[in-house]
Amino acid sequence: MLGKLSWEAIPLHDPIIVVVGIGMVLGALALLAALTYFRKWGWLWNEWFTSVDHKKLGIMYFIVALVMLLRGFADAIMMRTQQMFAAGGSAGFLPPDHYDQIFTAHGVIMIFFVAMPMVIGLMNLVVPLQIGARDVAFPFLNNLSFWLFAVSAILINISLVVGEFATTGWLAYAPLSGIEYSPGVGVDYWIWALQISGVGTTLTGINFFVTILKMRTKGMTLFRMPIFTWTALCSNVLIIASFPILTATVAMLTLDRYLGMNFFTNDMGGNVMMYVNLIWAWGHPEVYILILPAFGVFSEVIATFARKRLFGYHTMVWATVAITLLSFIVWLHHFFTMGAGANVNAFFGIMTMIIAIPTGVKVFNWIFTIFRGRLEMTSPVLWTLGFIITFTLGGMTGVMLALPAANFVLHNSLFVIAHFHNVIIGGVVFGMFAGLTYWFPKAFGFTLCEKWGKRAFWLWLVGFYTAFMPLYVLSFYGAARRMQSYPNAEWQPWMIVAWVGAVLIACGIACTLIQFYVSIRDRKQRQDVTGDPWDARTLEWSTSSPAPFYNFAHLPVVGDIDSFWTQKQRSLEQKEEVRYSDIHMPKNTAAGPIISVFAMIFGFAMVWHIWWLAGLGAIGVFVAFMGRVFNDDIDYYVPAAEVERIERAHQQRVEAQA
Amino acid sequence: MLLALLCLLLAGCSSALMDPKGDIGEAQRSLILSAFGLMLIVVIPVIVLTIVFGWYYRRNNTVAQYLPDWAHSNVIEAVVWLVPVVIIAILATITWKSSHSLDPHRPLESDTPTLEIQAIALDWKWLFVYPEQGIATVNEVAFPVDTPVRFRVSSGSVMNAFFIPQLGSQIYAMAGMDNDVYLRANEIGTYGGRSTNYSGAGFAGMVFDAHVTSDEDFDAWVEEVRQSPQTLTYPEGYDQLAERSSFDPVQHFASVTPELYERLVASFHTGTAPEGDAQDAPRAPAVDSNEAYQTTENQANGEGESVPMSNQAGG
Repeated sequence: MLGKLSWEAIPLHDPIIVVVGIGMVLGALALLAALTYFRKWGWLWNEWFTSVDHKKLGIMYFIVALVMLLRGFADAIMMRTQQMFAAGGSAGFLPPDHYDQIFTAHGVIMIFFVAMPMVIGLMNLVVPLQIGARDVAFPFLNNLSFWLFAVSAILINISLVVGEFATTGWLAYAPLSGIEYSPGVGVDYWIWALQISGVGTTLTGINFFVTILKMRTKGMTLFRMPIFTWTALCSNVLIIASFPILTATVAMLTLDRYLGMNFFTNDMGGNVMMYVNLIWAWGHPEVYILILPAFGVFSEVIATFARKRLFGYHTMVWATVAITLLSFIVWLHHFFTMGAGANVNAFFGIMTMIIAIPTGVKVFNWIFTIFRGRLEMTSPVLWTLGFIITFTLGGMTGVMLALPAANFVLHNSLFVIAHFHNVIIGGVVFGMFAGLTYWFPKAFGFTLCEKWGKRAFWLWLVGFYTAFMPLYVLSFYGAARRMQSYPNAEWQPWMIVAWVGAVLIACGIACTLIQFYVSIRDRKQRQDVTGDPWDARTLEWSTSSPAPFYNFAHLPVVGDIDSFWTQKQRSLEQKEEVRYSDIHMPKNTAAGPIISVFAMIFGFAMVWHIWWLAGLGAIGVFVAFMGRVFNDDIDYYVPAAEVERIERAHQQRVEAQA
Repeated sequence: MLLALLCLLLAGCSSALMDPKGDIGEAQRSLILSAFGLMLIVVIPVIVLTIVFGWYYRRNNTVAQYLPDWAHSNVIEAVVWLVPVVIIAILATITWKSSHSLDPHRPLESDTPTLEIQAIALDWKWLFVYPEQGIATVNEVAFPVDTPVRFRVSSGSVMNAFFIPQLGSQIYAMAGMDNDVYLRANEIGTYGGRSTNYSGAGFAGMVFDAHVTSDEDFDAWVEEVRQSPQTLTYPEGYDQLAERSSFDPVQHFASVTPELYERLVASFHTGTAPEGDAQDAPRAPAVDSNEAYQTTENQANGEGESVPMSNQAGG
């Protein structure tokens, strides 16, 4: 009846998990109770859960991502603590099975459930506003994407208290992830969480690709798009092209595990090397999916706060496009040590290095944007400067790894760990914090507290170097990644330093949380009614903050890069009497959350081999989707009078403040 | 920060990669250092410019030039494209050359004949087979100094990687694959080795010692192994050894079934009946071991393809 599920699936033998599990359950209950007590369910459902408004979806992506960041970081600090203790024959406090789950969960969560939703959340929040659109091309799919991602995040968290998570590393290399070597449900949780959220990501990719290509406002040619939109476009091209590879690869692994097929087994003609190739054919573009939008954020931030046009706009665009294309022909650099041979290795090594050229050009373009500018040292700028320096160092170690002959001694070591945290923390995380601070007022109508923002930055920066420079050093002593313990007692001091770094980063995260608290508390004083708190350059700042649900009462017309800036310079105040017209908008829909909940039920049932429930989940998905397909009542018109009322109210607020 | 960096560099000097004991490792050290040096040509200006510009063009420095619409300069663009292009061109040349000269599959030139050692990754220990000497060891390997060693590397289980940091290049160990890496030690000593590719719960314990000895000491060591009461047979003894364990003590086997390595590699090519496998049991050849042996022979003669040979046996 319940497949493999029984009471034994609850890991009562592990005190850490029991405590965390009780905390999670109590926390969830408290949240549900509070929502019920304050009668917020209706509001939450009508205003948020069923919303197709890209801005609200963007905010929800960020909320889930920040919650998952706490979970992923808890994993990180446990790993650093374990490695700090487990030197010279000591076993530390985490047994291998638990430690292996932790580093797997850390990688999966940080990439799929923190970095990806932050990037996608930011695209949601910003892209339609930047291109002067009223929503994305497929608003319902956008809501569905979010919910598929959210239920996958829930599925991952369920694995903490019901059953186990994978102990295979975040990419679940075969044959270790095959049924023979991982008979438990851990890999199945990994499979279904990735598949369900992967569908959501693919839909997002298609959605934003179409949105950017088809929904730009009048006058906005491709080469007048803001750089963030350009990077979002390239990022979505990468999603469309690469996520199907992930889906297919994981599907084949699923067939191996569930139906005894032999795509990636050691024997019966299975080919484990094919798994490694395929997973990286997706995996390498994936890192550019994350970093390109971060590049876009830095470009916007630096131009805005240097009060200057971005240096070399066209170069920036072509560099982005070049990186997009090149990211597909470098995947083999993740496994030079497989023994492919000199010609193959050399080709992929050189291709990888070539990526350093457009990336280097981008870095110089940011620097020359500051040159002859008037740089305001806000926290987004601090994140940007910290990024330029940190990312450049990370790029350098990346090129060292790209040298096949050097890779033979650096691969699989802590050097790799230090390198990709160097570029992902220094690039993606810094970029997302810069973007969050920069666009927060657009989402909420008030700015974030700078004092706590800057504290967060310095703690992250110093914490990063303290945590990861020792790992570079240890890699030179031959320290491999993913060691639950190590015999070399002389490595311990470095591990202790790395632990201190992780604690500093924890303080940085705490500062961000305090920053939210303080800013929300002081939101009246921090209010921005102008809609343009930074004196910025792109279209999203031309509407009010928070933007009305229809974004623009009149769709803007663009005649230039940084059109809004030019307009402000000419101070073309359109004081003439404006006429409003009806606005066509999509209706909220419950289909997204309903389909996704059935998808989660399907995933959970598949993990535990509860076939009848899986069938029920699949039917639920299908029926709910059909219900949506045959529903014609999906849009409506906002009457001109209503638009006028909202716009007038906004103008009055602006005038009242002036 | 630069001071901290210097600290790190100094700390790195005595490390395994910066103090290699073999010529492969030495070449890799100079490769890492020259790549590092070349890239500093770009990295240092970037860091300096970022700090200097960020400080000089700050909001309240009204002395600094301010050109809000200045956004293009052919000279600057040319420089920022050209400098990285030149550096990457040099690095690409180095990459091409070093990928070939340091190709792990490339035999080392030497007057001394190459010693072959077969390294098999098991859950979770290393089995070393000396085909010429007819001996085998677990978690200990020895070879004479200044002698090229060809490690043939495979796995009886999941993917691992064979690595002795002070000697240079690592290589993946994969079931059914006959991988290899040539290494040579130039100094007598004992060097730590390990699997670097995560392979499951006992991964941390997949460590071994590599003893680099004089020729006489090596002969003495071989003699010592031959005195061991234990022998290793295939598949029975091997099956027992392949059972899961970690942090295994060193074991010596006075003799070993001939062609163990080849038969193990081939055993993955023939295919087995899925229900024939117990979950944790090591893999045994599906067909009669003599047949599996034949398969290897055929492959050696170029007659057989490495496709499943006897699928009809699986049911």
